[in-house]
Amino acid sequence: MTDSAPSTPGGPPAAEFDVARIRHDFPILDQTVNGKPLVYLDNAATSQKPRSVIDAVARYYETENSNIHRGIHTLSQMATDDYEAARSKVQRFINAANLEEIIFVRGTTEGINLVAQSFGRANIQAGDEIIVSAMEHHSNIVPWQILCQQTGAKLRVIPMNDAGELLLDEYEKLLGPRTKLVSLVHVSNALGTINPVKTMVQMARGYGAHVLLDGAQAVPHCPVDVQDLDCDFYAFSGHKLYGPTGVGVLYGKAHLLEAMPPYQGGGEMIKSVTFEETLYNALPFKFEAGTPNIAGGIGLGAAIDYVNDLGLDRIGAYESSLLEYGTRLLSDLSNVRIIGTASQKSGILSFVMDGVHPHDLGTILDAEGIAIRTGHHCAQPVMQRFGIPATARASLAFYNTREEIDALVKGLDRVSEVFG
Amino acid sequence: MSSLGDLYQEILLEHNSKPRNFRTLDDPTETAEGYNPLCGDQVTVYLKIQDGVITDAGFQGMGCAISKASASMMTQSVKGQTLESAGHVSDAFRRMMTDPDADLDYDALGDLESLSGVVEYPSRIKCAVLAWHTLNAALDGRGDTVTTE
Repeated sequence: MTDSAPSTPGGPPAAEFDVARIRHDFPILDQTVNGKPLVYLDNAATSQKPRSVIDAVARYYETENSNIHRGIHTLSQMATDDYEAARSKVQRFINAANLEEIIFVRGTTEGINLVAQSFGRANIQAGDEIIVSAMEHHSNIVPWQILCQQTGAKLRVIPMNDAGELLLDEYEKLLGPRTKLVSLVHVSNALGTINPVKTMVQMARGYGAHVLLDGAQAVPHCPVDVQDLDCDFYAFSGHKLYGPTGVGVLYGKAHLLEAMPPYQGGGEMIKSVTFEETLYNALPFKFEAGTPNIAGGIGLGAAIDYVNDLGLDRIGAYESSLLEYGTRLLSDLSNVRIIGTASQKSGILSFVMDGVHPHDLGTILDAEGIAIRTGHHCAQPVMQRFGIPATARASLAFYNTREEIDALVKGLDRVSEVFG
Repeated sequence: MSSLGDLYQEILLEHNSKPRNFRTLDDPTETAEGYNPLCGDQVTVYLKIQDGVITDAGFQGMGCAISKASASMMTQSVKGQTLESAGHVSDAFRRMMTDPDADLDYDALGDLESLSGVVEYPSRIKCAVLAWHTLNAALDGRGDTVTTE
């Protein structure tokens, strides 16, 4: 990931990005909600799906639905080919060195739990330390707390400043010979902060610690190169990347995955089974017990094709300009305070409004057709850090427009009227 | 969906900005805590019960306008009531939140009727009932935190 949006000297990047045409690719956007045009600003919760993804899933069910990998018949071969083609697309998308390093899971949460229970239980012992940050989603806190309870390891937390930036000098102090694993969010879902993960991986390397990155909010918005980052594990979800729900990816370095015990037992993950002994399958299948989400995997492949066609650099540049616009407009409102003002930010506008609870704000915006998220965003420690119970969060995608940001601001005027 | 005006009625907004009985009691006979894990709303209800009558009621906590107004009107409504009539109001309120066509005792509900619009917003019903779950826990003498889940 680049630390800032790529600039195109002499050219207007926003103008080159034909949002009106792109919006036609997303059937759901063309509707009214509560009598108003839908303004969908809840992309960090889940993103909308382009027609090509919906079609890929429908085509699979309509023409080749069958179980994969062991079928002798034609449909099974077609489904297997398409599912495995999706795996190759994922490999190229995050630039993994080997195809077998791409494990399909249900989502980011399952990917992290897999590492905690397989890698963690095999490699982490009483007295060892696991480091996370103060801005983690609950899915990158609770699996480690469970592991700590099971092993007697200790969880350490990297603090952040008032802007929502991690304190690297404090991180350096936490690292030590006991540090076995660092598990960090690449882009914060609650604050939008883009963490300097490449530097933080290198710092962990100095102590021989392994690193997992939670990329759920990163892969939809910026190029990710796992070899360049040099992380050991990288997890993300399909549904935030304009793909289907129920499918996600865990990348792991091959030599680590080889040495790890299976996460779940069952079909698919075995080479041979007798009641005396079971031989496990090769990577990645060792970690893919049971019939997978075949349609979801194929849909994810179509989503990656779509994003690649648009270009993540262009997506990032457009979303940055949109974020800048939204930040400016919200900053001009005297009764609104933005939570999360890191210098490196992704398209997330978390905010609170004087005298109005975020839930009331969300209900009033919904009446205006505007979908945002309100609450703690599954990051209660972040709310505690800022001394607030909840925030309202508008999260952007490349199909959002300046007009939609204007609608949000107009909606906030309406909130002020109601609570005036 | 009904209009926003039905949800955020003047009287509700007034209870939100100036909640009644928004205080702890010095010597409560019953206290209970309520929590909505979905949104983080939290309320503590304090009651002073003497000879089967709620002689004082207060609440503390944080939440949205609907949960705060509901708690405010609730304490106003049950204060001075016998346990039996407080139970009657609680039951009427619960029915107002679950059945839009219920035949309700509006005399008993009083200002609480202004929360009737909430039933049209399923995601917000838990906000309105949090204080009432907590009141019931206090009346039952349950010390554990109750949740809306």
